[in-house]
Amino acid sequence: MSVDQTTVAKIASLARIKMSEDELARMAPELSQILDWVEQLGEVDTSQVEPMTAVIPNTLRLRDDVIDADPLTGGDRRDAVLANAPAAEHGFFGVPKVIE
Amino acid sequence: MTELTELGVKAIRDGVAAGDFTAREVAEAHNTAVAAGGALNAFIVTTPDHALAAAEKVDAARAAGKQLGAMAGVPIGMKDLFATQGVQTTAASHILEGFTPEYESTVSQNLWSAGAGMLGKLNLDQFAMGSSNETSYFGNVISPWRHKDGGNADLAPGGSSGGSSAVVAARIAPAATGTDTGGSIRQPAAFTGICGIKPTYGRCSRWGVVAFASSLDQAGPMARSVEDCAIMLGAMAGFDPKDSTSLDLPVPEWEANLSADLRGKKVGVPKEYRMEGTDPEILDSWERGKEWLRDAGAEVVDISLPHTKYALPAYYIIAPAEASSNLARYDGVRYGLRELPDGAGLQDMYAATRAAGFGDEVKRRILIGTYVLSAGFYDAYYNQAQRVRTLIARDFEKAWAQCDVILAPTTPTAAFALGDKMDDPLAMYLNDVFAVPASLAGLPAMSVPAMLNGNGLPLGLQLIGKAFDEQGVLNAGLAIQQRAAFDAQPEKWW
Repeated sequence: MSVDQTTVAKIASLARIKMSEDELARMAPELSQILDWVEQLGEVDTSQVEPMTAVIPNTLRLRDDVIDADPLTGGDRRDAVLANAPAAEHGFFGVPKVIE
Repeated sequence: MTELTELGVKAIRDGVAAGDFTAREVAEAHNTAVAAGGALNAFIVTTPDHALAAAEKVDAARAAGKQLGAMAGVPIGMKDLFATQGVQTTAASHILEGFTPEYESTVSQNLWSAGAGMLGKLNLDQFAMGSSNETSYFGNVISPWRHKDGGNADLAPGGSSGGSSAVVAARIAPAATGTDTGGSIRQPAAFTGICGIKPTYGRCSRWGVVAFASSLDQAGPMARSVEDCAIMLGAMAGFDPKDSTSLDLPVPEWEANLSADLRGKKVGVPKEYRMEGTDPEILDSWERGKEWLRDAGAEVVDISLPHTKYALPAYYIIAPAEASSNLARYDGVRYGLRELPDGAGLQDMYAATRAAGFGDEVKRRILIGTYVLSAGFYDAYYNQAQRVRTLIARDFEKAWAQCDVILAPTTPTAAFALGDKMDDPLAMYLNDVFAVPASLAGLPAMSVPAMLNGNGLPLGLQLIGKAFDEQGVLNAGLAIQQRAAFDAQPEKWW
């Protein structure tokens, strides 16, 4: 299905990617070409088929219900968690003001 | 003595264990090759000290009479998609430039625990999205191969694991890690005349691997022989409770059980892989592959995988859908780039950060993924693609009633020139047409070099196996390796 520039602008906004008019104009035909091509999937009769949910049959495990079962992914690692933040302040992630 | 950079994983490991040379000598020789290989642009950062420190540990362990690991003394390249503690990890994207993980990925940790060392972090397509290594923020990787007619056109090393394929082919590293979402190990291996295997989905932990499409992403080794791949895959694989899709199975003894005797085995040849537009030389290599496997004792049988032509379009819905979700984490808050225009609010910061941080191909895929998952389209696109994926997996299931392993080309063409396909995303996607079906079905698949084409460029053959049967894939690969006797290597120009 073809998408026009307005549709691409809407998708870009949903995806939180700022795009200039030029970029939108370039992207619209590229996305249309790809979406036209994937349309061929419509030819396949899938009425009797379930969508795949797991490529290799596997059951999800539960970990032991204890604090810091794996110290690497447990708690008390504030500084490590913040180490790569662009603006860490007072032990928190800093962001622009969101409430007036 | 042979130059140390000519040696593969097994030869280095065994030579270090026997005392023919020290691990330090091996690391130094490869660090020198890394430093001299800058023209390939294969590394984003180099880590000579990491390689030396690992080597010294191995030499000390040997001196103390301790048992050495499966990769002891082998310096490797690490695709820059694996989080490495204290070493910048970027996924070749500006949005992660400067990101220095506080932790080590399971796969890289497994390799260090087995005695390997790191030469550096290898360039790749940005977020592993690409088939030519031209989408990296850090520039194209240039293949060490060139046309034999003397043309100096820079060729693509394949992608996304293009840095990995380039350094292994160029004898800068004996082996490197790769990741494969829809061919990213096998296609670059084929383009550069090396081996690479993507194991069954879940064999290698995804913990600490920058996520692209989580239901498809699998790590695997790239090296110059089937034996080396078997050794390195053994070191990388294993159950990891930190990855919910990790297979809770023992790691088979792939190296010890290698056998090129294929008597009693059936090799399936899928008729749907004979596609229009496939290079005649590729078809010729496929014919030779059948002969080689027959010579090894196997019976070659015709099979049908009827939904093959729908694999690529299904992939280009599923992979972008998962990517759009996975890449939502890059928000300029927790790590990586932040763009904060004057007076910007939180939403503006997100949009500006992602605009500045992601490359064109990444944006394209996020937009496709967002579109196919959006209200009103989800069923027609995403659900239909997942249904087709079920049919593709079912095709393989039916084929296993007739054969033990499948033989096919890895790619429809040999390596193309850099720039050739960059203006046409769809033409680029089509390069993975033979690789994607096995990815969608989660099956182990390998590329091994078969021959050179008329232009002097390598062509690869692909082996696809049943789930959990990496051994069958490796064994058939070994049978081809022994008969193809591929020993061509790129002439050094860098």
